[in-house]
Amino acid sequence: MSIEWETVIGLEIHAQLATRSKIFSGSSTAYGATPNVQANLVDLGYPGILPVLNREAVRMAVRFGLAIGATVARRSIFARKNYFYPDLPKGYQISQYEQPIVKVGSVEIVLDDGARRIGITRAHLEEDAGKSLHEGLGKQSGIDLNRAGTPLLEIVSEPDLRSAREAIAYMKKIHTLVRYLEICDGNMQEGSFRCDANVSVRHKGRREYGTRCEIKNLNSFRFVERAINYEVARQIELLEGGGRVVQETRLFDSDRNETRPMRSKEEANDYRYFPDPDLLPLALDAAFIEEIRGTLPELPDQKAERFEREHGLSRYDSGVLTASREFADFYEAVVGMLGGEAKLAANWVMGDLSGFLNRDNLEIGQSPIGAKQLAGLLARIVDGTISGKIAKEVFEMMWGGVADADAVIAAKGLRQITDTSAIERVIAGVMMANPAQLADYRSGKDKLFGFFVGQVMKATGGKANPAQVNELLRKLLAG
Amino acid sequence: MSAAEIGRGLRAGNFTSVEVTKHFLERIDHAGKQLNAFITVTPERAIADAARADARIARGEGGPLTGVPLAHKDIFCTEGVLTSCGSRMLSNFVAPYDATVVERLAAAGMVMLGKTNMDEFAMGSSNETSWYGPVRNPWDGTKVPGGSSGGSAAAVAARLAPVATGTDTGGSIRQPGALTGLTGFKPTYGRVSRYGMVAFASSLDQAGVLAQSAEDAALVLGAMAGHDARDSTSVAVPVPDYAAGLGRSMKGLRIGVIREFFGEGLEEGTGRAVRAALEGFSAMGATIVELSLPNLPLSVPTYYVVAPAECSSNLSRFDGVRFGHRCKDPRDLLDMYKRSRGEGFGAEVKRRIMTGTYVLSAGYYDAYYLKAQKVRSLINADFRRAFSEVDVLMGPTTPTPAFAIGAKVDDPITMYLNDIYTIGANLAGLPAVSVPCGLVEGLPVGLQIIGPHFAEERLLAAAHSWQLVTDWHRKLPPMFA
Repeated sequence: MSIEWETVIGLEIHAQLATRSKIFSGSSTAYGATPNVQANLVDLGYPGILPVLNREAVRMAVRFGLAIGATVARRSIFARKNYFYPDLPKGYQISQYEQPIVKVGSVEIVLDDGARRIGITRAHLEEDAGKSLHEGLGKQSGIDLNRAGTPLLEIVSEPDLRSAREAIAYMKKIHTLVRYLEICDGNMQEGSFRCDANVSVRHKGRREYGTRCEIKNLNSFRFVERAINYEVARQIELLEGGGRVVQETRLFDSDRNETRPMRSKEEANDYRYFPDPDLLPLALDAAFIEEIRGTLPELPDQKAERFEREHGLSRYDSGVLTASREFADFYEAVVGMLGGEAKLAANWVMGDLSGFLNRDNLEIGQSPIGAKQLAGLLARIVDGTISGKIAKEVFEMMWGGVADADAVIAAKGLRQITDTSAIERVIAGVMMANPAQLADYRSGKDKLFGFFVGQVMKATGGKANPAQVNELLRKLLAG
Repeated sequence: MSAAEIGRGLRAGNFTSVEVTKHFLERIDHAGKQLNAFITVTPERAIADAARADARIARGEGGPLTGVPLAHKDIFCTEGVLTSCGSRMLSNFVAPYDATVVERLAAAGMVMLGKTNMDEFAMGSSNETSWYGPVRNPWDGTKVPGGSSGGSAAAVAARLAPVATGTDTGGSIRQPGALTGLTGFKPTYGRVSRYGMVAFASSLDQAGVLAQSAEDAALVLGAMAGHDARDSTSVAVPVPDYAAGLGRSMKGLRIGVIREFFGEGLEEGTGRAVRAALEGFSAMGATIVELSLPNLPLSVPTYYVVAPAECSSNLSRFDGVRFGHRCKDPRDLLDMYKRSRGEGFGAEVKRRIMTGTYVLSAGYYDAYYLKAQKVRSLINADFRRAFSEVDVLMGPTTPTPAFAIGAKVDDPITMYLNDIYTIGANLAGLPAVSVPCGLVEGLPVGLQIIGPHFAEERLLAAAHSWQLVTDWHRKLPPMFA
């Protein structure tokens, strides 16, 4: 009898805070500059230089804490994490250790089989390190300190996740949240949002955790999924073969689709954490925290609930629409201009619009069809000018350049035929052209009704109003 | 002439800043080498700055320090000038910016003569740990000047500069001040910005002054103190006009005498001089109360956990990657770290880095670092209690007058005990001053006055009153008279 295994995952998400300057210096945090042009004396760790905390980074951490219903610490402490590495200029990283700014909170994730609440142990502020460059420098190594001192919020989950799928859902949830809060741009390719995954397995029903491995620096949802699935399989195979899991740090190789132990260091690091004497304990008063609470936007869960309640959308649709604030805003703008028709708007935003955006690899902000144009198109469906089927053609043409629905409809003569006498004339023609089918229909072959609908639509180039065609056909075919 | 007197002479038109500056540069030239007080002298820059100061004075601008020369301890970053910290590690380091202290004193019109010798990274009590060699005490060339601001002390004592900056982490201004007959002032922690001061132990380091008199200390301190947004530990308490507050009477001042400072280890002559000084204050109308600070004797062991812990981290940035000494032809990264640091740091610095690394390491942190922090708060509480009863505390600055060069250099514990009376004020962040109060066998000894946080004015007034009725601060080393 084979044993049933349970996967246990905890994620440490690093969200780069969207401040203009670094956490302890005035240097820019913009991505992609020439190496070291965004590294001033603070970032270079020059002798005599001192850190000064960026208030904006603090505000952003507080926003996050409030959004996950966590306790925002009135007093938190920056510590030094000491280790030597060339891209760590001071020989220590300033990070919150024993007393983080955000304490216990949680978020809800929705899966096919229902919703689950995932605990967040803590979130703390810290500075990022620089980058070591090894390519194209021969036997030498280069150091780029542009990233050194960039503010990060490290969000540590409880080991509450039970599968790669849950891990992804949780990570996406946090990704959505930080972008709603406008505290992180969420750009995973640039490393603004990345995570370390702690993975272990245990016999189902056991309380104690198995030995875990930490997979470092995963910067796409796909990699997180693949890395976890590989790691889970590896650990189970190891344990079932009588071996044991060694606690270690591993890297995910996306080319070979496997995790590997990181090159073992000569000795384990003892980080010798202690409170940074250059920074006073961070004290926040209640008024400051409340002021920030007052600036919080409507959060994704609240928005989704409102869409369900006020727009009558399903939970699933609401969840999809609110996964990104821009998407939800787009949808709401369309509904606003249409003056209702929420389901129609939701279907178009999630369906054709999403599909075209994905196909062309565009963000919603780059959509050639804006909310106003889409509302213009949908209004023509609502007022019967065109059918839903024709609307898809119009949409495609609008995407191609002419963003105005009415102009496309007029230019291509796509206006729906709603004139009863016109439709009746077409039907009469079709009946005359198909006497055999007409006779069969009248003798009881009801299935031929569809044939006549098709013929009428064909004859009108799809422009006849389908409801009217149905109604008139029934009447005229009956004779 | 004191800095204040030079300032008055300049404004009266008795002489120019260029003349005064040349005078001191010549003295440095003649006597500087034998004392080894300076690491760098900046004559061209000094003359140019002096000329600018003269122009300001001629326009009727500037203040009491405009045109007055000074020397900076080589721990303060000075743009375009070597800032060595007395270490081989930084023997090639030209700072790209000015420390706040340097910037503010320059803005006050003071003229920098050069940078003074010091114990390596301010770690030492004798100025023998400098990569640039020991500094000699102007009162006796075979004796140490104290440390770590030994070069600044020797320079002012021998009048190679009218006044000099220093830093005090465990007594590094007051102890050399006492051993060279100067007024050595360490302000409240946070009173003066640490920006641009190469860090030794960040929670203890504080910049201050080595001066000929309390009046000079008041003027210079007033110009360098104040909040600085670039140092998060600097405090936004307004800076009073220290010079204006000097005249306060000693009548009714409650002086606490720390019993623990008069026990075993205090050299007899030093004790006698300090007691005589206390009688002097009594004669000026102050009341003397003896009191006990029971946790104060734990200062030295506490300090030698906290300071090395912080220094082990602060000095990690000296890794040969971006600035400072880098070994020749490193084989790999680890080799570069090991040899650059091995060659760049001297024995005392290495000792403290190792001690600090040890007390912060897993398994020892609670027993050492955390315990030391707890004792530190007990010492704080002792001081708080004392200041609820008295206005200032007094006692000796050092257990003995200057000792011989080489006498303690191989015995770190004995060397560390030299700071037994000064360390408490650093641990508690209190302002303290050492003023000359006698000579023992031709060597100066100091009276230490400690006050509550931000009581600089009170300490300066006490020191000034003492200097109005005594002339110990006017005595010059015979060789430099």
